Formats: sequence, structure tokens, C-alpha cells
Amino acid sequence: MNKSSFCMKILSIVCVTLFLALTPALAQEAEGSSATENVVIPESNPINVDELERIVPVPTQFGFMPAASSRMERIISFHDDLMIWILGGIVAVVLGLLLYVSFRYRKKKNPTPSSTTHNVLIEIIWTAIPVLILIVIALPSFKMLYYLERVEDPEMTVKVTGYQWYWGYEYMDHGNFSFLSYMIPDDEIDYSKGQKRLLSTDNPVVLPIDTNIRFLITAADVIHSFTVPPFGFKKDAVPGRLSETWVKIDKPGVYYGQCSEICGTGHAFMPIEIHAVTKEEFEQWVLFAQEEFAFYDGEYGLNGPISIAYNNLQLEGVR
Amino acid sequence: MADHKPGFFTRWFMSTNHKDIGTLYVIFSIVAALVGGWFSMMMRHELGDPGVQLADNGHEWNVWITAHGLIMVFFVVMPGLIGGFGNWFVPIMIGAPDMAFPRLNNISFWLIVPAFLLLVASAFVDGGPGPGAGTGWTIYPPNSGINGHSGMSVDLAIFSLHLAGASSILGAANFITTIFNMRAPGMTLHKMPLFVWAMLITAFLLVLSLPVLGGAITMLLTDRNFGTTFFEPSGGGDPLLFQHLFWFFGHPEVYIMILPAFGIVSHIVSTFSKKPVFGYLGMVYAMVSIGFVGFIVWAHHMYTSGISVNTQAYFTAATLIIAVPTGIKIFSWIATMWGGSLSFPTPMLWALGFIFLFTVGGVTGVLLANAGITSMLHDTYYVVAHFHYVLSLGAVFALFAGYYYWIGKISGRQYPELFGKIHFWTTFIGVNAVFFPQHFAGLQGMPRRYVDYPGPIPPEHLQGALVNPIEKIQWILAQDYGMHLWNYISTLGAYLTGISVVMFIILALYTQFFGRRVGENYWNAEPQTMTFEWTLSSPPPFHQFEIQPKVK
Repeated sequence: MNKSSFCMKILSIVCVTLFLALTPALAQEAEGSSATENVVIPESNPINVDELERIVPVPTQFGFMPAASSRMERIISFHDDLMIWILGGIVAVVLGLLLYVSFRYRKKKNPTPSSTTHNVLIEIIWTAIPVLILIVIALPSFKMLYYLERVEDPEMTVKVTGYQWYWGYEYMDHGNFSFLSYMIPDDEIDYSKGQKRLLSTDNPVVLPIDTNIRFLITAADVIHSFTVPPFGFKKDAVPGRLSETWVKIDKPGVYYGQCSEICGTGHAFMPIEIHAVTKEEFEQWVLFAQEEFAFYDGEYGLNGPISIAYNNLQLEGVR
Repeated sequence: MADHKPGFFTRWFMSTNHKDIGTLYVIFSIVAALVGGWFSMMMRHELGDPGVQLADNGHEWNVWITAHGLIMVFFVVMPGLIGGFGNWFVPIMIGAPDMAFPRLNNISFWLIVPAFLLLVASAFVDGGPGPGAGTGWTIYPPNSGINGHSGMSVDLAIFSLHLAGASSILGAANFITTIFNMRAPGMTLHKMPLFVWAMLITAFLLVLSLPVLGGAITMLLTDRNFGTTFFEPSGGGDPLLFQHLFWFFGHPEVYIMILPAFGIVSHIVSTFSKKPVFGYLGMVYAMVSIGFVGFIVWAHHMYTSGISVNTQAYFTAATLIIAVPTGIKIFSWIATMWGGSLSFPTPMLWALGFIFLFTVGGVTGVLLANAGITSMLHDTYYVVAHFHYVLSLGAVFALFAGYYYWIGKISGRQYPELFGKIHFWTTFIGVNAVFFPQHFAGLQGMPRRYVDYPGPIPPEHLQGALVNPIEKIQWILAQDYGMHLWNYISTLGAYLTGISVVMFIILALYTQFFGRRVGENYWNAEPQTMTFEWTLSSPPPFHQFEIQPKVK
């Protein structure tokens, strides 16, 4: 960070502050009636995490994480309503046949083997039936695939950048503030606050529910992968490429994800923590965040080098 | 005619005899399996509890998984199935005196030994983040590039793959030439034993796919050392290019590992059913089509990498198609047994275990073929469970099946039957306990290649291996979150599998030195299931077929 850009920053903050101070007055002049209330910037994080349900994997869980979006609902339905029956059915048929022939045609029971070597009809049948089964699988599968991959009318965009070993988030439609998000190391985890080892982060991502959110995903060093299971997406963060995916979150809660592409020493230690809140709470948080993260410039802001040192300390901690 | 053999050094270090080279490959494969298996034991022990206990850090863990993967693929399954059983039985089954190029055969083996040593060495030299290459067996750049791994370790691993690849290409050329030119009179392609067919197709896959891997890792080598930027975005390169090249090799590679297994299982099922293989031609062309389609499905390993939706849809469709020929094989094996007169010695148990477990791995493969759902399951333990069901519980089961089926022929001594069956059942229970719970861990969302996973760290008296499992599971169930349960069961299964490996080593040594001597056709293969190896003494003479066999 050189001196001049620092001055520019100060200048821009002054401008923004002036603008924010003048905005209510201007708005009042324009509309006359509403907006008598001033915009109050919350002094602390307005999100009360304790009110949010934490969605975490539990020990006895056999299936997917519970859905928090229409994406994941479709994925779960595809798995639980269709695939599990087809797959289970095939395995049961094969196992049943194996056990049956093993018992029925054992040497004691059937001393003389038959001399059958082929039967065209049955071979055609066991070629055709799997083809039909595959068609039954493929049609809903393609439908789901195109639904999942189609990003339609995003109402807001968040840019996600993977680093070794933390995530950076840029809120492009909310004043372009950005911040970095590190795992909370084991020795700083506060179980009494409900924090989860290896899942909780220092700067959780806050997102509104009932909003079409687009993620633009990339990486700065090596390949990472951005995923939040209850939202039903996973996209690799590849240096030099920008991938996109989307989600519309159904219900408030704390959701977690973990980096899903091997990225070096700290691969297991760069989780994703998302606080999904109502739109109003989100607007409040944005006001807070614009202040809180004003000095970040996305990659290496004022806090950047400090964050990197902190990151190293964290890794020392988990080592 | 007296059966003369060369002296010890000439025989084993300068061998041009396909049977001796095959034996060397089998021994090499077992030794490498112990090394690769040791890594997996350390991995499962580490994952028995949350927290980082056995590994120094995440990098050391990454070195383990990398070494485990590369060793098992390149130095256990391939040398065992192709170099070992292929060398031993392809010439015999086609009635040939030896391979077409015996000296090429020799250098194929002696290239894979330094390849293995280079890989082992790579674990000890500096990788950058620490000793060893922690890239995963897929060696994706930029993590495997000079910025991710600045040390020499990745270069050594690349050289190791170069040598292993050269070894396999030479071996494959040898197999193709042998099979096309040295079949006994009357053995047309459509009368060739299925194991020979499997080896022929495998050899073609090797010759077509390994050069692509060679190119990819050479480009990675020049990226790392000579300033090219094939995979480096800052110079206009693309990390995804490497993934495309790698998987263009990598997907055929999984069929390279499983096709010989198909061949072995076909012979065993046929012999112990006393029936010829049902639908021989269907079996042959199922393998041919698996080999062909195997080349056009590679990007199903890259569904989440950001490839376009239409590309994903194509690869979903192409991948699903592979289920059809695979289904034909499964049903044909069952139909072979149908109406047969079945006996169940140890090799048959392994073959039946293979058919069932390969089916389980196959259906999860059908699930993973769907790009939509794989956007959740990609790079989770579900994938780990899937490919271990088809490879560890598939290809490795076939390795054991082949060992029990043919060790009498190879060594002239038979394994103890009861001990063999005990070994089968402990392994069967052990590996299923390892890998079945991993499906659940994967559905929960546990990512692959993780040294540590969410969950509270257990109290002191419940940590580690030597605790009461029931008490520990009760404690785990009392926690409100975590991925501990499936991992712990998986680790328990790994301990049982480890014990069964020790049992196998004892059994193999016992068989070699004290096993009962057997005659030429010790399985009493009937004329209708007969292949040429059962017409030779056990072990076969140093140079077989004093009179050239003929096929009517």
C-alpha cells in the first residue's frame, strides 16, 4: 500500500461519509414524505448468531445435509426418491441371484453341469433393460443439471476468492467492500458460543434469504473448491478462471462448507461459514460491514499483511 | 529333455523368461502393496479421531495420500495384474513358448523398480511445504507447480511416472505383438481365452493413454523448471488443460486396472461352475466397448471445475452408457454359474466377492455419472468409497483371486484351504467396514484428502486405537455434531484389514515353503473350461510346450 493510494482511500471515505450524511436530506427533498428516519450505522455486528440455527453434520447422519435451497431439495429428491431405489434394487437383484445360484446349483445338489453357452434372447433382454433404466435416470438428471447450472436474474453478486488457506469475499453490489475469512483455530474455539471446531470462521459471510445470489468464484494461488452442502453447490476456484453458480436460500441459519480441492498444507483448515438472515437484517449488516471492512481493498488491504501473519499463526496452532 | 535353468543371478536379474519375469512382478507387487498399505494404515489411524495426531501437519498427510494413490495404482495393481498374471499366463494360454520380445519384457520390469525407488525417494526430499510431494495422485497444477511445491520432490515423482509409464508402454507393445502373432494354430481371436482378450484390450488402452500422461507431466516438468507456462495462468496457460490431459489418461487407467480383473474372474467362475463362460462373444465385445467408451468419458472427473453445462451433459450421457456393457458382464457371470455344478474353494469366494462388491461400486458409479448430483458428491468420501469398491474391493479382490487360483501352478505348491478361506472372510468384513461407512461420510459432506474433520476431540481416555469401541461409540453418539462415527468405524475396519494382510503374508510364505505339492490340473478343470495352463506341470517347465498345442 503506497502513500498516495492511502490518501485516496481517506479521501473516498470522507466523500462516502459526506454522501451518506447528505443522502437522507436529499431523499426527503425528492420524495417529500418517507425517509424521515436517519440511516443508523450499527456499531456492532447486528446479526445475533444465537438466534440462528446451526446446520451441522451429526454423528448418526446417513444421508445428505438438510436442504436450505431449492437446488439442494432437487439433489436430495433425485438421490432419495429415485437413485437410491434403483441402485438398491440392482444390488439386491445381483446379490439375490448370486445367493440363489450358489445355493441352488452347488455341487451336491447339481452334480452334472448344463452345457448352455449362450442364449441370444436373454442377452438382448439384459442389454435392453439397463438401457431403459439409464433413460429413467438420465431424463431427470439432465433436467436437474440445467436447473443447477443456469444462473437467472441474480439480485446480487458475491465474488469468492480462494487463497492458501482462507477465503476472500467481495460484495460487488454493496459498495464493493470485501473481507477475508479464516478458520478459528482449535485453541480459540469457544464452544459456549456454539462455535464448531474446523467449521467456524472469524469473518462469516452474511447473505440474505429469498434472494437470487450469484457467486463468482476464482482463486489466487492454487485450485480450491467452494461448497456449502445445504445450498447444493460446489464449484472449483481455479486461478485465471471465473466460475459462477447461484443459490436462493430458503431459511435463516448458520451454514458451513469446507474447501473441496486439495490445496496444500491447510486444505482441511479453510472452512466456509455463512449466516443466512432476513433481507432487513442483511441491509443492517451491510451498513455495518461497509464501515467494518472499509480499509480492506480485496486482496491486501491495510489488514492484509496482518491477516496473513495471523493465518500463519493459526496454522502453527493447528500443527 | 532335462529342464535346465540358468544360475541364480542370470535367472532372476537378467531374465528373459516370461514366467520368471511374471514371478518378479508378483513379488514386486506384494512388496509395493505392503508399502502402500502401510500408508493407508497410517491414514486410517490418523482419521480414527478428529484432530491431527499422527501426521506432523497437513502437508505430511498430503504426502501420505499421494504416495498411497500412486503406489497402489502404478506399483501394485498394474504390475500385479498385467506384469504378474499377464506375463505368466498370456503366453501359456495362447500356447506360445514365451513373450514376443523377451528382452523388452526384462527391461519393462527393471524400469519399474527404479520408478518405485524414485517415488519412495520423493517422499523424503524437500517438496516445498515440507518433505515429499503433497499433490494427490492427480498432481494438479498449480499446486504441483513451482509455486505450490518449490522443492525437488514433485520432479522426482514426475520422473517416477515417466519410468513407470515407459515400462507399461513397452510391456503393452509386447503383449499386443505376442497376442497377435504367437497364438497356437487354430486359436482364432474368437477362440481366445477371456483373460487374453482382457490383456489385449488393456494393452491397447495403455499404449493409447500413457503417452498422454507422459506429455502432461513433461509439460508440468518444463513449467516447473524451464519457465514454460502450459498450466500457469499468469503466462496464458490453463490449469484445466492439465486436468483434461490427466484424465484422458486417468479414466482409461481405471479400466486398465479392472479389465484384467474381469478376465481372471471369468476363468475362475467358469472353472468352478464346470461350465464354459456364458455369452463368450458378449463378454468379449462388452470389454471392447468398455475400453472404447472409457476414452470418451474423462471429463466426468471435472464436473465441478467450471466446464460448460453442455459439456457436463455430454459426459453424463457417455458415462452412463458404460453401465450397459458392465451389466452384461455381471449378468453373464451369474448366467455362467446358472445350471453349473458349483464348488467354493478360496479363489471362487474371491471371485464371487468381486462380482458383488464390484456391483456395489458400479451402482455408485452410475450415481456419480450424473453431473447434477456430483456437484454435491465430487471430492467427498462418497467418491473415495466408490473407487475403492471398484478398485480395492474389485481389482485387489481379483489379484487375490488370481493368486489363490494360480499359486499352485506358479509355485507347484498349494495354499492351505481353510487358512485361505479365513483370510477371505476377514478381508471381506474388514474392507467393507472400511469403505461402506465412507458413503455416509461423503453424503454428510466430508471432503477427500482431509487430515482432520469436524467434531469434538474425544477425552483423553477415549483417544486412539486401544480403547473400548463400544464406550467410544457411545461417546461419539452423545455429541451434537461431527463426522466422527463413520470415520471411526472405517478405522476399525482398517485394523481388521491390516490383520488380514499379515495373515496373507504368513499364508504366502507357508505356501511357498511348506505347501502341498500339486499336479498339473489341480482344480480338475473340465475339458469345456480348459485353458492350456492346466495341461502343463505345476510349476510349468522352464520352456513350455515341447509339442505345440493346437485348438480344434
